[in-house]
Amino acid sequence: MNITLRVWRQAHGAPKGGMQTYQMQDVSPDMSFLEMLDLLNEKLTVEGIEPVAFDHDCREGICGMCGVVIDGSAHGRGASPVPTTTCQLHMRSFADGATIDVEPWRAGGFPVIKDLVVDRTAFDRIIQAGGFISVNTGSAPDANAAPVSKVDSDRAFDAATCIGCGACVAACPNGSAMLFTSAKITHLAMLPQGQPERWSRVKGMVAQHDAEGFGNCTNIGECAAVCPKEIPLDMISELNRELMHALFKKDAK
Amino acid sequence: MATTTLSPRARAVRSSVAMKALMAVTGLIMIGFLLMHMYGNLKVFLGAEAFDHYAHWLKGDILYPLIPSGWFIWIFRAFMLAAIVLHAASAVHLWRKANAARGSSYVTTNRLQQSYAARTMRWGGVILVGFLVFHLLQFTAQVIKTGWNSGAGPYEMFVVSFQQWWLVLAYALWMVAVCMHIRHGFWSAAATLGANTSLASRRVWNGLAYCVAVLLYVGFMIAPLAVLFGVVK
Ligand code: HEM
Ligand code: SF4
Ligand code: FES
Repeated sequence: MNITLRVWRQAHGAPKGGMQTYQMQDVSPDMSFLEMLDLLNEKLTVEGIEPVAFDHDCREGICGMCGVVIDGSAHGRGASPVPTTTCQLHMRSFADGATIDVEPWRAGGFPVIKDLVVDRTAFDRIIQAGGFISVNTGSAPDANAAPVSKVDSDRAFDAATCIGCGACVAACPNGSAMLFTSAKITHLAMLPQGQPERWSRVKGMVAQHDAEGFGNCTNIGECAAVCPKEIPLDMISELNRELMHALFKKDAK
Repeated sequence: MATTTLSPRARAVRSSVAMKALMAVTGLIMIGFLLMHMYGNLKVFLGAEAFDHYAHWLKGDILYPLIPSGWFIWIFRAFMLAAIVLHAASAVHLWRKANAARGSSYVTTNRLQQSYAARTMRWGGVILVGFLVFHLLQFTAQVIKTGWNSGAGPYEMFVVSFQQWWLVLAYALWMVAVCMHIRHGFWSAAATLGANTSLASRRVWNGLAYCVAVLLYVGFMIAPLAVLFGVVK
């Protein structure tokens, strides 16, 4: 395949960047999008041009490190019915001769570090504000020692599949991280282990979400449409319910 | 990263989620008002006497003798004004924050989900209020007289105004803005208040939002159209 790539280039520390055009020949349709970027970087290296910086790690859709906006949609899902991470997107999804735009996540809470790499440590600080349970660890507890209903465990598991990639923020017209935050809240609110800190957790995490400069949710749904793990929009409604409930509880005064 | 000395609870009370809940409640109050207002307007079909009597009652004896005659309308107006001010002030506050949160804009965007109604909530709201001021100057303060003379009763004002096609057209356009805001707003309020519990409920709330928006559009426009086409004289 022959591809015309338009890639966002932004030097480290530069306030602005711009799109650069690169011609790619002999791209295999079986390559993943990241392998195609590897190919580009090999080519650039040979030509003596600075390679394009992009984040990645597992390359099997489970770590949440990768993520770029491809032709205007986060992770490049486009109109495909199959949700995906950038590393699991393959070049066969594109037509031969296509022009593909590649941009970094853009959000106030995710400043660009270089090229396609953004700083997502805001997510870590939201987790630090309550996205955990405080327990003494020891040997693994007996299975079924703390019974959880099937409905709740399914819901918790669905929420726990969030890999913290940040596509939801990238896609949101308000730069809101509510889908991510709500997945973490729902995950722990469903489980018995999450109960002791349930109300202080949601207050702390929502407070940190706003302090990081993420916007408010207007229930538009762009986030859930690009989420590689199909975290549903109703988890945001769940978070809202948790927060309103928590405001009447004494925890985290 | 911003730092603050407020407790998590104090910050949660001031959070965007709490502010959105305020917007949802005030928005639903306004939708409730619009439904009542629409129902009241339909009384023009019962004739001048019924309509004027109803309009007179609104400004007179409601809750009398619990409160003095004529007080209810002012209490009600203060309540509605508070709802609108709280709603609009929260909207503007969150709007500014969201603009900062959005950061720089994409070179290419591909919208997968958002509806036109959802995307135009903010500017739509501004347009909505602009026309609301005109509407109040026209029929409540009676400063802008669209074809009637001082001392005209409510029924006469209604009929004389909407015999003019351009005024019917202006209201028809205004109601498009209002109903689009409600089309997204009704669903959004439900989700904000925690009532969106599944994919199915998302569909139900969106369906209900369409129903409320269409009901309000038809209910409000049918009387002016009846006047324009001479069914109501
Ligand atoms: C003062 C002018 C107004 C402005 C600037 C305004 C603006 C907004 C904005 C920005 C939103 C949030 C968008 C979203 O949640 O999707 C919103 C939501 C809403 N608006 Fe308005 N609006 C105005 C007037 C009205 C009126 C007159 C009504 C009632 C008929 C109304 C009903 C609603 C409802 C029910 C919501 C949903 C609330 C929520 O999801 O939290 N608004 N409005
Ligand atoms: S909710 Fe989905 S899109 Fe958002 S961070 Fe988690 S996995 Fe990524
Ligand atoms: S590289 Fe790990 S999810 Fe894509």
